[in-house]
Amino acid sequence: MDNPDLIQLARAQFGLNIGFHILFPALTIALAWFLVYFRIRYAKSGEAAWLATYKLWVKIFALTFAMGVVTGITMSFQFGTNWPGFMNHVGNIAGPLLAFEVLTAFFLEATFLGVMLFGMNRVPAWVHIGATLLVAIGTLFSAFWILALNSWMHTPAGQVMADGVLIAGDWLQVIFNPSFPYRITHMLLASGLTASFVVAGLSAWRLLHAKADVSALRTLRTGVLVAAVIAPLQIFVGDQHGLNTLEHQPAKVAAMEALWNTERGAPLVLFAVPNEATQHNDYAIEVPRLASLILTHDLDGEVKGLSTFAPDTPPVAPVFFAFRLMLALGMAMLALAWISVWVLRKNAAPPRCLLWSLAGFTFSGWVATLAGWLVTEIGRQPWLVTGILRTAQAVGRVRDAQLGASLTGYVLVYALMLGAYMVVITHLAGKGVLPAKADSA
Amino acid sequence: MNLDLPLIFAALMGVAVLAYVVLDGYDLGVGMLMPAADAREQELMVAAIGPFWDANETWLVLGVGILLVAFPQAHGVVLGALYLPVAAMLIGLMLRGVAFEFRVKAEGWHRELWNWLFYVGSFLASFSQGLMLGRYITGFDSGFGYLLYALVVGASLCGGYVLLGATWLIYKTEGTLQKKAAAWTRWGLLWVALGVAAVSVATPLVSHTVQMKWFDFPRTLSLMLLPMATLVAWIWVWRSAGRLARGVAGAAHWTPFAGAVAIFVFAFLGLAYSLFPYVVIDRLTFWQAAAHPSSLKVVLVGALIVLPFIVAYTVFSYYVFRGKARAGLYE
Repeated sequence: MDNPDLIQLARAQFGLNIGFHILFPALTIALAWFLVYFRIRYAKSGEAAWLATYKLWVKIFALTFAMGVVTGITMSFQFGTNWPGFMNHVGNIAGPLLAFEVLTAFFLEATFLGVMLFGMNRVPAWVHIGATLLVAIGTLFSAFWILALNSWMHTPAGQVMADGVLIAGDWLQVIFNPSFPYRITHMLLASGLTASFVVAGLSAWRLLHAKADVSALRTLRTGVLVAAVIAPLQIFVGDQHGLNTLEHQPAKVAAMEALWNTERGAPLVLFAVPNEATQHNDYAIEVPRLASLILTHDLDGEVKGLSTFAPDTPPVAPVFFAFRLMLALGMAMLALAWISVWVLRKNAAPPRCLLWSLAGFTFSGWVATLAGWLVTEIGRQPWLVTGILRTAQAVGRVRDAQLGASLTGYVLVYALMLGAYMVVITHLAGKGVLPAKADSA
Repeated sequence: MNLDLPLIFAALMGVAVLAYVVLDGYDLGVGMLMPAADAREQELMVAAIGPFWDANETWLVLGVGILLVAFPQAHGVVLGALYLPVAAMLIGLMLRGVAFEFRVKAEGWHRELWNWLFYVGSFLASFSQGLMLGRYITGFDSGFGYLLYALVVGASLCGGYVLLGATWLIYKTEGTLQKKAAAWTRWGLLWVALGVAAVSVATPLVSHTVQMKWFDFPRTLSLMLLPMATLVAWIWVWRSAGRLARGVAGAAHWTPFAGAVAIFVFAFLGLAYSLFPYVVIDRLTFWQAAAHPSSLKVVLVGALIVLPFIVAYTVFSYYVFRGKARAGLYE
């Protein structure tokens, strides 16, 4: 398939779908554990306030989960409609990993979600706590399998050729491929940050409306505390993930740093406008030798530039900018979380400027996650599976009019869903959990 | 021991698709019946499917997942050819899936909007699935006759889902709503009868392969057992729904749903017989499209370990939510 427009359109559609989908699991994976915590606090204390807190967040969770499910179903079809070449070439490896996600995670989550949402008065407390826990475990299983597949696409291992097709020689190597431990930790921590900022942000939003709401103050504290612990961990793991990428996908790192030529003592580019035409950075602000120091732990270390890998290099500007956006947000989230914990020590009442900041950062985790996802996925181009399958080899033979029409449909539906989602959860959170009778089903 | 892995996976995929059609069929059917009910009844109807719909839809992911995993060659062909109806179905499923959650939280005209989207989404998903089936049976041939055929299958599947939905409501509700559901059941039955008759006559006409399979004496005689059994199930549902509509004491509430499921099982068997051994009719058999045995084996082992758990907790969930549905689901 050599129609570049069609490839771009197919990528735009799949990228839109997967980028939209990733928002919801990124929140539910960790939010499920907040629910387990709220549910156990209620079971132990019997306090109506904890029950109301649990019920509020279960509603937000259910909404988020439903968004994840319906966009996930869409993805399972788009593998076939948009990327038939993907399954034809690497289906013997990708297929089983996806199958295990469905078998071990999707049914578990979906079934116990029903018990969790509607079964509180029908089953004993321990069964209900168990159902909540199983939903949380289901989301972890799901993350495990999908990140095993995604990591394998970045750093394939364990595959062999047999009878003219690619199959798994060693499933343990396929699953625990070189980037998997870093990628799954990075993703789970990203989910933790996303969820804790949503919990803190929506609680802050509530406190701006009703500053005496003790439940909201409690969840605010929970949120910022979790964020304050996870943020530095995430920065550490992210750095390790970067070194792993340098080892296995050096072209991606070169694009992240906008380093066009191999250099000893390479500078760290703080800001620039990468120019593909001239293979040069315009308006660059650089710190001499710092990139070499960070990446090789040596001021004169050699860092490979993009020209070394030509022509198989990713587009530089989107990777470069998305990487900086992710880093900046990560630092800002760390700072805000630590400041919040400091300000809120000894049960101090939160000042309004802090509440506004946290409310403003409610969805910061989403932006950072999307930026990180763009870095890693665009950074892998032109490969779909590094060294094995090019994106252009996998695209389907759908007529561009069909692609265009369905893309328009998806965009409209997603815009409607996302708009409604944000309105509803801020509305729910703004209304708060007390008095509980105001919550009508 | 040498297992015929493609055959096993064809059977597994069949079970997943049948489970999906029956399970999500009833909740899609309830969605399509929403406009026929008043606001209070709508709450009960949603409560009757609320705890189940998500798991029901997972069978679709399993079905398409097996197609993807076990028959990768067919996966691309089928989904590529069905590109637009698949997109329409997905948009329908998305709208109704989130409408479940949004309608509960919305107020005033917002709530009406999500009710409407719930209905439209259910209908769009059902009709698209019928279209997909129609296009699939005819091997994606183009032409007016084939399009007409697909439209008839689409309409028939909607009728079938309405039948499943109405009989599910008989099982899960009581009083006036149950009486209404009994009346809807009979409409659904008429719709299904027309649809099944039209499709049964048309299918041998549009597909030579199917024609050869059914009109081959003396095998035809034993094959006639299938339509006979369908007719018996149809009459059974008609009569038991009638008893409920008249308010006959002691009429069982589960029989109409069981009968409707039986109709779907018979129709499915007929279809499976028509298509076998093709995964894409006249083009690809299950064996030609199958993935490498090594990956089939690993999935089979996993499935055999996990499926008993899935069945067990599905049974557990239906046990927890046994009995009649109550409104006020979230409290």
